[in-house]
Amino acid sequence: MSLTRHDVEGIARLARLQVSDADLTAYAGSLSKILAFVEQLSSVDTAAVEPMAHPLAGEAQRLRPDVVSEGDRRELYQRNAPAVESGLYVVPKVIE
Amino acid sequence: MSFHTASIADLSKGLAAGTYSSVELTRYFLARIQRFNEGLNAFITVTEEQALAAAAAADAQRAAGQAGRLTGVPIAHKDIFCTAGVRTSCGSRMLDNFIAPYDATVVARMAAAGIVSLGKTNMDEFAMGSSNETSWYGPVRNPWDHAKVPGGSSGGSAAAVAGRLVPAATGTDTGGSIRQPAALVGISGIKPTYGRVSRYGMIAFASSLDQAGIMAPSAEDCAYLLGAMAGFDPRDSTSVDRPVPDYVAELGAPLAGLRIGVLTEFMGQGLEAETGARVREAIEVYRRLGATVVDVSCPRLPLSVPTYYVVAPAECSSNLSRFDGVRFGYRCEKPRDLLDLYQRSRAEGFGPEVQRRIMTGTYVLSAGYYDAYYLQAQKVRTLIAEDFKRAFAEVDLILCPTAPGPAFGIGAKVDDPVTMYLNDIYTIGANLAGLPAMSVPCGFDGGLPVGLQLIGPHFSEGRMLAAAHAYQRETDWHQRVPAAYA
Repeated sequence: MSLTRHDVEGIARLARLQVSDADLTAYAGSLSKILAFVEQLSSVDTAAVEPMAHPLAGEAQRLRPDVVSEGDRRELYQRNAPAVESGLYVVPKVIE
Repeated sequence: MSFHTASIADLSKGLAAGTYSSVELTRYFLARIQRFNEGLNAFITVTEEQALAAAAAADAQRAAGQAGRLTGVPIAHKDIFCTAGVRTSCGSRMLDNFIAPYDATVVARMAAAGIVSLGKTNMDEFAMGSSNETSWYGPVRNPWDHAKVPGGSSGGSAAAVAGRLVPAATGTDTGGSIRQPAALVGISGIKPTYGRVSRYGMIAFASSLDQAGIMAPSAEDCAYLLGAMAGFDPRDSTSVDRPVPDYVAELGAPLAGLRIGVLTEFMGQGLEAETGARVREAIEVYRRLGATVVDVSCPRLPLSVPTYYVVAPAECSSNLSRFDGVRFGYRCEKPRDLLDLYQRSRAEGFGPEVQRRIMTGTYVLSAGYYDAYYLQAQKVRTLIAEDFKRAFAEVDLILCPTAPGPAFGIGAKVDDPVTMYLNDIYTIGANLAGLPAMSVPCGFDGGLPVGLQLIGPHFSEGRMLAAAHAYQRETDWHQRVPAAYA
């Protein structure tokens, strides 16, 4: 599987990453190498195999009751925000 | 007194006997950090003030007759664990300004046990790397040879322990990030069973693989500290509700009768000759100690690297989508609009390896490719886990090398991601199957340490630590300290 600069542009858009023109070629090269490397998985016969999503089979993930378990710490958490106003996160204008 | 060559057990005894205080110990190790960190770059943040306050509190607790066996022992935390009020960077520019608002469960538990944290150690950015070269804070140097990498991603913890800047340090292991650096710097390191240690407050890379563990000179040191980290945590939905054994009490278990399997797939092609020779010598020590040594085969295990490089990037692309420049972390200057804010904040905040993995993951999860890559990788993951299960029907522990060769040069593998990824060929399988695994030093190859890997069935940490301890009673590789740090 070989990716073109155009493919990388599309992937970067999905991943919300701005990739410079110069880097597109480099990423096309290294991502193609990685995909060529993982390609060997396609030759494994997995017709009767269940996919594994959790390494401890049988240990179902717990659910907790849908009730508030933590206190309101908005002010503390918002201290790490780049821009806050009146308890709200500030971003560039979305609706014209 | 040379506190830096003392074991955790020695320090615990010395503190209990009142031979020295935690404040004295803490000052001693802070002075070593002061002296050696510039050369190693092992720490991102040293929390001197908080450490001395915690040490004084530990001494007060002891004076009040309320000390536990680890009260007052200093350690360091990998900078992936959230520490309330202290920068938690994860080795990334993205979080260079992030002050964690709460403690990770690992941090809170160890603090509750009276353990004193000296600071936060360097690491590959978001734990993505095998050499510590992807850190925003620069590469860490191997104390055995400053031109060599310490391994990664827990490279700062590894170098700090190997240079005896701190008696032990926490690490995390998604594909070998505790064991491979432990091997490359000549210390012990254990990655417990998936779910054994809480991941709450541990910044996520690949959630079905990530697990926290401990790095220290000896298996005995690890046994002391693992018990303080492990256990059920309702805040981590993958945490397993199962009692934590007393790993220290289990250390004395005899080796006689233990069945050890040597993993044939990992003893041949790809393994450097001298490294292989050291591992074979270690296997002979086990035979001499009364273990039954047989060959075992896990034929699908060589597929673990390609499997991992689909599963881990997929999970990373999803986990790292939270870094959007809005709620916390880096934000670009003067964004034109919301899309520009997302795209530039992420492009400027993440380094190239992290971006490469996010894009790999985005691709393998995208419409039309999901079945061919991600689903297929999850199925091969099942086959790898089945191979281990079959092997553990015959043996109690598996032995193999931790890494294919000793530490490589800084800059030697940065240009080719696949070559770098292959350094984790022996460690990734345990993560895919959720198994506990550890590395212990077993000699040298060209003046650089070699690691022996032990892999066990789920929740066999006690037996594994005992087997490593038995080996370390016969050998002194774990006591070797690089000359400049002796």
